[in-house]
Amino acid sequence: MSDIKKIKDDYIDKLNAENNVDKVNNIKSELFGKNGIISNEFKKLGSISVEERKKLASDLNNVKDELQNKISIKIQEIETKEINLKLEKEKIDVTLPERNIEIGKIHPVSQVIDEISSIFSEIGFSVEEGPDVENEYNNFTALNTPDNHPARDMHDTFYLDNNKELLLRTHTSPVQVRTMLKGKPPFKIIAPGRTYRSDSDQTHAPMFHQVEGLHIDKNINMGHLKGCLNYFIKEFFEVDKIKMRFRPSHFPFTEPSAEVDIGYEIKNGKIVIGEGNKWLEILGCGMVHPNVLKNVNVNPSKYQGYAFGIGIDRLGMLKYGINDLRAFFETDYRWLSHFGFDPLDVPSNYRGLSR
Amino acid sequence: MKFTVDWLKNHLDTKFSNNQIIDKLTNIGLEVESFESSTSELDTFIVAKIINAKTHPNADRLKLCDVDIGRDKTIEVVCGAPNAKNGLLTVYAPPGSIIPKNQMKLSVSKIRGVTSYGMLCSESELLLSNESDGIIELKNNKYANKIGEKYFKNTSEKVIDLSITPNRPDCLGVRGIARDLSAAGAGKLKINKKSNLKYRGNQNINVTIKKEKAQGCTIFGSCLIKGVTNKESPKWLKDKILSLGQKPISAIVDITNYVMFDLNRPLHAYDADKIDNEIIVRNSSKGESFEALDNKKYILENDMCVISDRSGVLGLGGIIGGARSGTEYSTKNILLESAYFIPRSIRKTSKQLNIDTDAKFRFERGIDPLSIEEGLIKASELIKQICGGEISNLDVNKIENYKKTIINFDPFLFEKTTGFNVENKELIRILEKLGFNVSKKKKILKLAIPSWRPDITQPIDIVEEIVRIKGYEHINTSEPIKTRLKPTLNYYQKLFHFLQRSVASKGYLETVTWSFTDSKINQLFKENDEEIPIVNPISSDLNVLRNSIFPNLLFYLKKNLDRGFKDISLFEIGPAFKGKNPGDQLTVIGAARAGKVSRLSWNDKERIVDTFDVKKDVIQSLYEAGINKDDIVIDDKTPSYYHPGKSGGVYQNKNEKNALAYFGEIHPNIIKKLDIKTEGLVIFEIYLDYIKDSKQKIKDSKSEYKFSDFQKSERDFAFIINKNFKSQELVNIIKSVDDKLIQSVRVFDVFEGENIPEGKKSIAVNVTIQSEEKTLNENDLENINKLIISSVESKSGAKIRS
Repeated sequence: MSDIKKIKDDYIDKLNAENNVDKVNNIKSELFGKNGIISNEFKKLGSISVEERKKLASDLNNVKDELQNKISIKIQEIETKEINLKLEKEKIDVTLPERNIEIGKIHPVSQVIDEISSIFSEIGFSVEEGPDVENEYNNFTALNTPDNHPARDMHDTFYLDNNKELLLRTHTSPVQVRTMLKGKPPFKIIAPGRTYRSDSDQTHAPMFHQVEGLHIDKNINMGHLKGCLNYFIKEFFEVDKIKMRFRPSHFPFTEPSAEVDIGYEIKNGKIVIGEGNKWLEILGCGMVHPNVLKNVNVNPSKYQGYAFGIGIDRLGMLKYGINDLRAFFETDYRWLSHFGFDPLDVPSNYRGLSR
Repeated sequence: MKFTVDWLKNHLDTKFSNNQIIDKLTNIGLEVESFESSTSELDTFIVAKIINAKTHPNADRLKLCDVDIGRDKTIEVVCGAPNAKNGLLTVYAPPGSIIPKNQMKLSVSKIRGVTSYGMLCSESELLLSNESDGIIELKNNKYANKIGEKYFKNTSEKVIDLSITPNRPDCLGVRGIARDLSAAGAGKLKINKKSNLKYRGNQNINVTIKKEKAQGCTIFGSCLIKGVTNKESPKWLKDKILSLGQKPISAIVDITNYVMFDLNRPLHAYDADKIDNEIIVRNSSKGESFEALDNKKYILENDMCVISDRSGVLGLGGIIGGARSGTEYSTKNILLESAYFIPRSIRKTSKQLNIDTDAKFRFERGIDPLSIEEGLIKASELIKQICGGEISNLDVNKIENYKKTIINFDPFLFEKTTGFNVENKELIRILEKLGFNVSKKKKILKLAIPSWRPDITQPIDIVEEIVRIKGYEHINTSEPIKTRLKPTLNYYQKLFHFLQRSVASKGYLETVTWSFTDSKINQLFKENDEEIPIVNPISSDLNVLRNSIFPNLLFYLKKNLDRGFKDISLFEIGPAFKGKNPGDQLTVIGAARAGKVSRLSWNDKERIVDTFDVKKDVIQSLYEAGINKDDIVIDDKTPSYYHPGKSGGVYQNKNEKNALAYFGEIHPNIIKKLDIKTEGLVIFEIYLDYIKDSKQKIKDSKSEYKFSDFQKSERDFAFIINKNFKSQELVNIIKSVDDKLIQSVRVFDVFEGENIPEGKKSIAVNVTIQSEEKTLNENDLENINKLIISSVESKSGAKIRS
């Protein structure tokens, strides 16, 4: 027994001093290999008395277990140490820049169109479109603006032919005409899109964007118009309260007609919507004129409703603090990066209109 | 339309304050643009303080003063006054001011080598006294806190400027505005004094309105005023004319203008002695000409309404008078005209000749045809009062009698339209105040429309009158009705939004550019499309509708490159025009990438953007938008603005006529022509209209979910093949060997040159083979391998690389 204990103690000491996996494995075969020290001790069991054998076998097994256990712990110990050492050497500077990020953006006009569509979608409007090139009839005549009407002077029109038959639409209202001509009432649509007028200065661009709205049914009155726009403006500017004013005006295609102002004030050089005592005109609207309904084969004694036209660019400027309309269309990389929106920022009701 | 509150009060008895009047006007649809004093030449003179007065470096008698004029910074003024000293409060005139004493306009000037911005004033220069020895010394206690404010109080009356909508000609006169205000409860409309004018003799210049087709004049009223003394207008009249923002001319002209703005009744005064015998109102013949009061000569077309005499055209009726018969200070006898011209005729003529006058503006909107005599009387009275003279009997010629418009109005229409109710009593009161003649027939109101309201022709016009006078604030705000008639967006509208955001998410900045462009750039991209010129372009470099997105996109790309940006990704989604008729347009995404990928990266190798960058962007965007990727076929035929060897077209399937998309390098010639300086430039375009609507929602179009858990094997093959053989075809040949077993084929290497024969290339593909039914054994796999090799060899002429 003392022999065995000595072997054990010797090897435990050896193992404790060892730092190399290979050498530990060598010790392992020294002990437990075919002719290993422990293996040989086991072989001796056959040649001793039964009583002694029992005791020796038990002692041997204990020593074997202890040594094997020690070996596996040692190997693990050394391996852990080695890995840690290796990882230590592999350390990189994680503050170095990541691979180049390419950030795309959505233009504010597109974002605002999506916001507007999302708001009107909530109250059941669907989106219609019309062509940018229109004929004179859809743009003017059908909208109760005959050739000799002075209201035509308010639209500086781009023409595509000398007979003034083909033009770039001056407003989105011809989409009303197209929508009603191809369908049957009721109608409940918005129509965002490009519009064109031939004037150009600091506050006017030859191309801009409008959204048309139209709701025709049996009993739609001016109260519904007011309610709809009140809802829209509140949602759009994401405010709880809005100061809004309906003011009588005139458009040939609506009667009665109104212009809508919203209250604002300037606070610290920034425009604050919904408060203050200044008024800003933001849209035109009214009850669709019976003459227009007749022109599109809708019976005005059965059906009535409202229409409105909103300047999209202007709304975007107000909401997002953009001062210069012309910058919308100048494709300055810096401007687009600054005012553009993340493509994942899809305006929706449940996730919020804007971040 | 401009007028003063005083002028308004000539017609309106009111207790309203100015601000109440302003608010009321806006509330009834007469939008107030501004309410301000008319500007005065004296407005520029302001209170200032000398902060520091030091001696002029080049002149002992002059001083160099730092002057506080109430701005952020002081300004430097050279001053010769002995009393200019630190701390003195005085009056400062900035450059541009007109000095009352000598009417000289100040400009920035150098005085003995030092620039002086404006001047400090003496009392004599401002005509306050004869004191000219020094500059004004203002009292500290009164002016110390007024630095920067106007020195002279503007005493001129404030002018209201209204923006009158085209349907309201009656409000182009002060009386009409007063009438509207009275209906809205802002006061009482004054009753016109009955005229006690004495007439003597007849108007003996014969007037004929020729009965011609499209005669533009239906009534011509006139009177002769003999023995007048034309002169400068009296102050009250001058002030009225000035408040309109116009220049007084002479009493007679000023009076006709005054009556026009007062009653909305344009008049014209002729020097009667310059009329050749008689007045003939007729249509012009092409080529006739006359010199108008604006000193321009107009050459007329056929059928313009002219006032003429035996010698020819005197003037264009209702638009502009002629120089030949104009009144002067020496004029002794005048013929005063008050006529009715048909709006359509006025509009046509003035458009053709491009003339805009106050009279034309009014006649084209519609003048009260019953105001002929009222206008003659009011003007004659004033002329007699100011210029003297004898007035003849009024002579009114007409070829048409005015017919009153009658509208039967059911008050229920009001509530049906506006959503609220107004008592009949109030409704009638409003209409009567507006000049309607109301009689009741059971529930229906029979309304005679006032002659000054040509805009009112049907019941809805009556609704508008009542609701605007009652006030839009009475309209309820109803909860929005949420009923939906159909889905918000259709397939193509959804596609638009998906693709827009999909492309942006690949690092492209979205832009919006004009729908028009420069024909010279458009030319490079229009292919076989017709050019669509704009007849009246805003400028010569925006003179055609764009046939493609690229002319503008590349124009602005270049601008950004010139700004110093090197790596740029831009796109636009919008119309490209294919013809000049409505609907001849396609919705297109155009995108461009310039520069390098991984520029200045510490760990990635930088490289120039190439065709396969944009190919990835376009294909991935199409996948994301829901186009089935197995259907997509690539072709190498592209429009001529692409590099012929480095560009491709994308088709939804192989029989499709129109490409969904193109991608590739831009043609080097175009880069050269547009003078674009960049390391690399690649573009792509997607035609949304050519994408086929699957007409199925995702819930209906998902196929059954199948997968195989049997072991899969991968095999690599390398073929030597003709250089021009397309990899897409090779992949298709392999797939077609057994499309059940072959799960995917991926080209992972392409190689030419060393060890490869001339005109050939080596393509290496990785093929994944997996059965849905069993684990394939070596034998099965060997068979497939052999089949792949033999098929490729026989169908493509390739040889397997050993």
